[in-house]
Order: sequence, then C-alpha cells, then structure tokens
Amino acid sequence: MYRLLVLTRVLDRYLLRLQRMGKAALYAEAMGEEAAMVGSALALHPEDVVFPSYRELGVFLVRGVPVSEILDRQLNTVDDPLKGHEFAVFGDRRFNIVPAPTPVSTQIPMAVGYALAFKIRGERRLVVTYFGDGATSKGDFHEGINFASVFKPPIVFICMNNQYAISTHVSRQTGSATIAQKAIAYGLSGYRVDGNDVIAMYLVSRSVFEEVRDGGDPVLIEAVTYRLGAHTTSDDPKRYRSEEEVQQWMKKDPVDRMRAYLIAKNVIGEEDDRSLWSEVEAFVSAEVERALAKPGLEPEVIFEDVYAEPTPQLREQIEEFRQQLRTERVMRG
Amino acid sequence: MTVLTFAKAINEALRYEMRRDERVVVLGEDVGVNGGVFRCTEGLLVEFGPMRVMDTPLSESAIIGVALGLAANGMRPVAEIQFSDFIFGGFEQLVSNVAKFRYRNAGHFTAPLVVRAPVGGGVRGGMYHSQSPESYFTNTAGLKVVVPSTPSDAKGLLISAIRDDDPVIFLEPKRLYHSLKEDVPDGEYTVPIGKARLVREGEDVTVITYGATVYDALAAAEEVEKEGISVEVIDLRSLIPYDWEAISRSVRKTGRPVIVHEAQKTSGFGAEIAATIAEREIYSLEAPVIRVTGYDTPYPLVHEHLYLPNKDRIVNAIRRSAAH
Repeated sequence: MYRLLVLTRVLDRYLLRLQRMGKAALYAEAMGEEAAMVGSALALHPEDVVFPSYRELGVFLVRGVPVSEILDRQLNTVDDPLKGHEFAVFGDRRFNIVPAPTPVSTQIPMAVGYALAFKIRGERRLVVTYFGDGATSKGDFHEGINFASVFKPPIVFICMNNQYAISTHVSRQTGSATIAQKAIAYGLSGYRVDGNDVIAMYLVSRSVFEEVRDGGDPVLIEAVTYRLGAHTTSDDPKRYRSEEEVQQWMKKDPVDRMRAYLIAKNVIGEEDDRSLWSEVEAFVSAEVERALAKPGLEPEVIFEDVYAEPTPQLREQIEEFRQQLRTERVMRG
Repeated sequence: MTVLTFAKAINEALRYEMRRDERVVVLGEDVGVNGGVFRCTEGLLVEFGPMRVMDTPLSESAIIGVALGLAANGMRPVAEIQFSDFIFGGFEQLVSNVAKFRYRNAGHFTAPLVVRAPVGGGVRGGMYHSQSPESYFTNTAGLKVVVPSTPSDAKGLLISAIRDDDPVIFLEPKRLYHSLKEDVPDGEYTVPIGKARLVREGEDVTVITYGATVYDALAAAEEVEKEGISVEVIDLRSLIPYDWEAISRSVRKTGRPVIVHEAQKTSGFGAEIAATIAEREIYSLEAPVIRVTGYDTPYPLVHEHLYLPNKDRIVNAIRRSAAH
C-alpha cells in the first residue's frame, strides 16, 4: 500500500517534469490525492470496471498498469495504447479502465449504463466512477445518480473532493454542507471519508464495494482531500489560494501520514523508507529514459478508430492526406 | 410481405432484432407501459420484460449516456428520444462522449448504439415538436446519421443500424408514422447504410432529398411532368455516410440539381451536397444548384405549410432549374 503511494508520488513528479520539459502537452497532477486513489482502488477486484476522471494516476497503478504504458501515453510514443488520440488519460480494456472524457461528469451516466449491463446479465461485477467536486454541479452527475437510484445497478460513485475546481472552491459549487449528503435526496447512502487516510479509504471502499457487488443499492463516497499541485500544467494556483492554506494541507500529506504511521508502528524503519524511495526513483527514472528514446506515432494514426470502417468521405480524406504527406516528403528531399 | 405503417415497421424491426439477439435492449421515456408516444415500441415490454424494455426517468442525457455504457459493455441498446427537439438535453453525451468514444480509446471499447428520434414538421407541433436537427450530427465525426422515408426502409435501415458497430442517429420523419402504408418484407430484411434510393428516374432535373420531403418532391415531379420536364428523385436515406456515387451519376445525366430538406437553409446538409457538387461536378452543371429548405427561423407554429419545402416551392425550383 505504502509502496503504491510512493510510486504514485514519484511518477506524478516525473510526469509533471516531462510536461515542463515540453515532452507532453498537458498533465493533471495527482499530488495530495494519492491516498483516496490508492485506498479505494485496492478494494477493487480485477474484473471490476473503473471509469476515472482525468487525475487518477494512483488508481491506474493499483490496477496493474505498467509505468511504461503510462509513459507511452503521456509522451505519445509509438507504443501509446490510445494512439495519441487524446491527452494522457489512461484507459485500456486489459485493465478494465474506460478512458475518461475531459468534459466533466460525462462519464457518470455512461458508468451507470455499463453497470446496468452487468445487472441485466446477472454478473457479479462492480463499476466505480471517479469525479471531482466540480462535477457534482453538472447535470450528468444528477441525471446519472438519479437513473442509478431507479435501476439500482452495481455502481459506486466516488467524489474526489479536492476542494477546488480549477480556482473555484467547493463552497462556490454547492450550498450543501457536504457532497455525501446529496445521496440522501436520491434515496441512497452517502459516506464522507478522510481521503488523505489511505487505510480509512480502503476500509470504507472494501465494505461498500462488497455490499454493492452483493446486490446492494448504489453508494456515493465523498473522499475529502486536497489538490496540493495545480489543476493542470496550464494553471497557477497562487492566483486563488493562500500559501498558508496549502501549508495546512501539507501537514496532512497522505504519503507522509502513511510513512509516519508505519514508522511509529515499527513496520518499517527510516532506513527502509529511504531505500524504498530511492529504489522507486531509480525504477521510474529508467522507465522515463526508455520511453523518451522511443519514436513517435505515424501521422496516419489521426484517421484511425473514427469508425469501425472509414466512411467513403473519410477514405477520400485519408488519400488526400497521404498525397499531401508524399508531397511534403518530396519537397523536404 | 405484410402491409405496415411506418411506425409498425419500426416496431417490427425492434421486435425482430430483440428476438434474434438478446443483447438488444430498448430504453427511453414512455417506451414500456405506454409503448412510446408514437407507439413504435408497443407490445415490446410484454414480450421482453422490464430488463430489456426500460421506461426511464425524464432524463435525455442519462438515456444517451446510459445507452453508451450499455453499448460499451456488450449490449446493443436502442435509445428513444421522444422528439428530436429534446435531444439537446443529451447533446453533450452525443457529441463529447458517444461520437468520440471509439476514437478516444483507440478501439479498446466501442459504441454500437442507436438513438432513435422523431424528426420534422407537418403535424402542427410547433417549435419544439417539429425541428430537423440532423446537421448538428452530420457535423460530428464518429456518428452515422440515417433518415428513412418508407416503411420498408425504416425496417431495413433500423436493423442495419442496430447491427452496426458504430453509433447511429436514426431520425424518423414523424408525419410519416401513421400516414403511410406499404408492403414490408417479412423476417430478415436489411438495407445498407450509405446507399441512396433512386425513387424516380428522369432526364432533365435531379431532386436530391431525404425524409418526408421525398413525397413532396415526387408530387412536384408529377406536376412538372405535364410541362414536359422529366425529374429524377434521389432519396439519400443516409447522410453520414452519404452516397456520392448516386448523386454524381444523376448530376452527370441531368446537370440540374435541386436539393430539398426541411432543416433550415444556412449550414443545412444541402450545403454539404452543393459544395461537393461544386468541387467534383461543376463541369457537368447546366444550371446553378438550387436549395429548397426550411427558412432560417425557428420552426413556426402558424403557416407551417408555407415554411416547409412543399410541392409548390419544389415545382418552382424545378422550373427555374429547367429554364437554364
């Protein structure tokens, strides 16, 4: 558990640096929210299906996604499993992760439908969808959870309440005292969890997931956490929040908390901890070097996967595009 | 063959596919107990039960989003939006999610769903029961857009749409639902998506249209026949993809294209056809391309017969074209 937190933190810092180096278009940091990601994802079964938003790096790592594939995605290398069609949001059928759409909350009704198919077929599998506090202001959150409250498919809604939707504080998103209480209006249960406590997140998720897999009603979990980094690499959080506030939350850093706990309980020593960090650092650093050495994607990928078979109109455009590429290559010699 | 109305043909297609393939499910507002406000889903709840015929909350975005989730997870959902005028509640799902789903995940998951919606005017339905929103969807990569105009095509195209591995927006001209009957092939019957139908052969002018205006175009063709103008009528049936071969073959023959649709003129689908004719067949033209369409106003409640591209307006356009 702790190792996954460390891996998430280290990889997150590398992904941020790669964007700063101009190697990737955009990155949405996970720092500060690792415990809510790792704790909930550890309670999933491999056959359960995840609908992330765009920040759940820790969830991907827990699901067993190799660091190399996350780097292939972020850097859009020739091995990018999603062929560079969108930003570095991971998704892959092999890991039962459905890639997220950027428009906030639109994955929620889709996740409900995915879970409904399990119910129709009588499969004992669970769907979990993640979204932020800002998403709870959108229609698709309400339409999705309302639909789920009627059809009762096996789904758990996890709101990563990291206090901010870009610059807007959660107090400007809703007049409700909590996100969790919104479940009550739909006749469902809502849990409010300290999202910076990885053990609490794991225990609540485990019992909720088990209950829902067994045919229980959908549940809303609010993980109260804090985005220590920026919204994305295009954002400057100094414009909207104070250094004091960030420092307050730094004291509750979920990775530090787990480390302090493990050391206090004598599960690991200071030395073990240092060697874990340097081992993870060395591993990620080597993966980054390998990924950076890979070539990029061929131009033709932009025409792939629009339809199962390209339409005649699209086929003509592909031909036109190839002609253009040939001309450019000739011109460049 | 059985004589069926357009609405019964839709019903027949759904029933046939649901019997054949247990992955096919129907969801929407009032589709179960009530059988749909146009009765297209009548009897399905009794035969297939509430897990496959789902009366949903009044929630267009959820209907489309849930249908996408079902499709991604191995089902073949057919979602009904009660009127295409209400589809905009689910517009973000269609445009941001459904249309881009295959592309966004590079084919790891796909979206084989159908969204059915009644379209078009002529039923005194006013602004919010009469619109023709097809261009919003033809301008969105990843969607297919189909508009049948006969009961047989309604059945054959809907079955093809359900079996298609990509999302299909299936627009049903509502004024045809109960006004039209014809022999429809029994049992297995499919019409390929992307193939136009040559409705009427002619030599002088080509009318390119789709949906309910096919009948106005035919009436106009009959009328000008008396004046010695021979009109060919093409029913596109499918807008994405569309059958350029059928259009170009006819335009090469007549040199005089007239494009007819109910949707408003500016940025309507006719503009796409006209532009492609200009790109590819300009030297075949004997007359300028003429469009007969709805006007650039919201759909009016009063005087809708004057707003619609009716027979008289089409006759007028054909005469103008033939005069060149």
